[in-house]
Amino acid sequence: MTTPLLALQAGAPGTLVGSLSSYLVVSGVLFVLGVATILTRRNALYILMGTELILNAANINFVAFARFGGFGMDGQVMALIVIMLAAAEAAIALAIVLRIFHDFGSIDITRTDSLRD
Amino acid sequence: MPDPGQLVADGTLLAIGLGLFLVPLLAALVLIFFGRKLPRGGDWVAQTAIVSCAAAGVWLFGKVIVGHGDPGWHWWSHDAGLEWEWIAAGPLRFTVGLFFDNLSVIMVAMVTVVASCIFFFSAGYMHGDRDYPRFFAYLSYFCFAMMGLVVVDNLLFLFIFWELVGVGSYLLIGFFYDQVEPPKASLKAFMVNRVGDVLFLLGIILAWQLFGTLRYPELFERLAAGQFAALAPDHVLAGWDSQSLLTLSGILVFCGAVSKSAQLPLHTWLPDAMAGPTPVSALIHAATMVAAGVFMVGRMYPYFTPTALGVIASVGACTALVGATMGLVMWDIKKVLAYSTMSQLGFMMMGLGVGGYVAGLFHLITHAFFKACLFLGSGSVIHAVHSQDMRDMGSLRKKMPVTYATFLVSTLALAGVPMFAGYYSKDQIVANALAWGLTHGAAAFVPFVFGAVGAFMTTFYMFRLVFLTFHGAPADSHRYEHAHESPAVMALPLMVLATVAIFGGGTLNPLPHNEDLWFNRMVHQPASAAALGLGLASAHGGSAAAGEAAHGEVAGGEAAHGQAAHGEAAHGEVAHGEVAHGEPAHGAPAHGEPAQAAAGAQAHGEQAAAEHGDPWAHALHEAHYPALVVSLVAIVLGFLLARRMYLTHATDPAEVSARFGPMHRIISNKYYFDEFYARGVVGNLHRLNRGLAWFDKNLLDGLVNLMAWLCRGVAFFSGLFDTYVIDGLVNFWRGFTRGLASVLRLLQTGNARDYLTWSLVGAIILVFVLA
Repeated sequence: MTTPLLALQAGAPGTLVGSLSSYLVVSGVLFVLGVATILTRRNALYILMGTELILNAANINFVAFARFGGFGMDGQVMALIVIMLAAAEAAIALAIVLRIFHDFGSIDITRTDSLRD
Repeated sequence: MPDPGQLVADGTLLAIGLGLFLVPLLAALVLIFFGRKLPRGGDWVAQTAIVSCAAAGVWLFGKVIVGHGDPGWHWWSHDAGLEWEWIAAGPLRFTVGLFFDNLSVIMVAMVTVVASCIFFFSAGYMHGDRDYPRFFAYLSYFCFAMMGLVVVDNLLFLFIFWELVGVGSYLLIGFFYDQVEPPKASLKAFMVNRVGDVLFLLGIILAWQLFGTLRYPELFERLAAGQFAALAPDHVLAGWDSQSLLTLSGILVFCGAVSKSAQLPLHTWLPDAMAGPTPVSALIHAATMVAAGVFMVGRMYPYFTPTALGVIASVGACTALVGATMGLVMWDIKKVLAYSTMSQLGFMMMGLGVGGYVAGLFHLITHAFFKACLFLGSGSVIHAVHSQDMRDMGSLRKKMPVTYATFLVSTLALAGVPMFAGYYSKDQIVANALAWGLTHGAAAFVPFVFGAVGAFMTTFYMFRLVFLTFHGAPADSHRYEHAHESPAVMALPLMVLATVAIFGGGTLNPLPHNEDLWFNRMVHQPASAAALGLGLASAHGGSAAAGEAAHGEVAGGEAAHGQAAHGEAAHGEVAHGEVAHGEPAHGAPAHGEPAQAAAGAQAHGEQAAAEHGDPWAHALHEAHYPALVVSLVAIVLGFLLARRMYLTHATDPAEVSARFGPMHRIISNKYYFDEFYARGVVGNLHRLNRGLAWFDKNLLDGLVNLMAWLCRGVAFFSGLFDTYVIDGLVNFWRGFTRGLASVLRLLQTGNARDYLTWSLVGAIILVFVLA
């Protein structure tokens, strides 16, 4: 934080941009949006997007805590891994959605309740 | 003299020995499981198996008997290290191996060839039968057991196979299980044989206790060396001397042969066994199985003491006579042949018993062929006229020329007409019986007299059979019209057997010396127990062995031959002694030396006997021509009488039977043996059983019922506990689990969002709890 370049990147301490809580607020908003999407939407694709939002909320947390918690590059690395996982998960999830469409004729998640006793 | 072991390679003999009984067994198994699926009911499987056995048997016969000609040849798989340990329990070791000598090689060839003929005949006789494959399966199974009986090297396995042939006999007698008679007859055969077999087993056990081995070569070696084991002090026979024990054991062993070979008084099953299919009667109840008893006595010959041999001779002579008398009056063609078989087996036993080892066994072999031919001939006749009663037949020679010709040839052989096979063997038996009479006092003439009368009767009933069946006028024109010659598959076996019935003696010389006969050259009499190691004065068996040679010198005029035979015999005995000496496992060296001494003494005795002539050999020489003359007179008389009564009808048979009224009645009723057994034995057993049943019912069952009542009481209370306590607990947990589950299952909606909501709620609660 002694060099101007760094100050420009992270913002100055005391400002909204430079504080950890601003990042946490963004990530919290993203997380709540994701959960709300999942809970309110019936379309499986929206639910998938909700999970992406939740994952990205977590990513922001990782990076923010790495930046302000003094963990070096660990957070960034974790974020990259999560992105990678998200890509893989999206592939699997889309495959599942396809199967659901094939079996149930729609991707309405409330109809897939045939495992109920 | 070439090394006996090298004549045929060990491996070859082992393969033949195993193949002889395993191949038919395999065929039997295949037929039992797949017979119905195979083309032609699978008869070709059984035929292929038995023909390959016959090929092996004949090859071995050619190699050993025809090509080699050493009477002392033998092969024991034990010597080649080939044997199988069956049971090893502590000091008890039961092994089994194969043993071949000239006798068993001849026996193998005989059984397989006769069996082959009968297998082919059966294909015609049983054609179209509902259970055709099963018949061949049983036949193959029987051949397996019979072959095993011949080739094994010890008494225990002989006994096992002995029982297996009994099972085969049982299965085949009762083959027509849906008729009335066969199942009863098969059960009777089985039960009567049990009597003899139990005694046989006792004899074997006694032999084991006395000698500690059941393997023939070892057994006879120890017998020769006098290596008796002392019986335990608490043994039921502890006080007996070795001679009596040996006699007892021998007689018990002979009892096995009494039932198997239908000797008096256990003969009653054999006529009934004729309820089986005729090829079975030919194979089992004429040629092979019943001869197994004679074979066993021959195999165990050294084991029998003079007393035991006397018993054998007496039983054999009585059987020969009684069997022949019953053959005189039967009307059923198969029954006549059955009694004839019984009578001939009596002849063989008598031959063995009087010291005519060679004669008895020779008759066993020749008889097998012509009696099989007779039975098959009768089968052919029955096949043609669909009746077994000779009063329904007559004049069939025109309709069935092949059957008639072969039947006549076999009849001549059975009657003992010169130049036919039966003549050479039967004549020897009669000669031996006469010699026995000459050397053993007046009472000993009984076997000879019985034998001569039996020979007369044999001729009579056989020609009665021939005249009634094939000559005269047709008794039943309807049956006669429908009679026809049997197909080739039945006729050819008849021809083969009839050929052997003519040439089986190996010579056509009507006045042969005994040593001109192939069988006499190939099979020499082993010394009886009497002469071996027991220190007995009356060395009947041994002197008989010597007598053969002495006879050869005097009659044959070939001194060198006789001497050579002596040399070999003496050499062989000493070699035996050395073996006993050399093997510590078989006995202490102290035993070996007496053996050698005994052997030496015996060899010396034989030579002395040969040089100075001993009474037995002399008697045998004396007996040769008188016996021949008596036999021929008996044959001629028998033939003439039969011709007078049944061909020319100069005498009415009914008149004759009326004159001998009471006797005829007794004989027609088979001497009331069956009635005696039914009332005297079976009836008393039934009474005993009823008593035991009463005891069971009232005392033992009472106890059992009391215990049952007590148990029920206890169980009642135990049941209450179960119902209310144990089941109560179980039911409580069931209800509890069920109630819990009915609440929890409300949560499981199957909707992913509900689950997510619940987990979110949980997460929030956790956050607040942890915060």
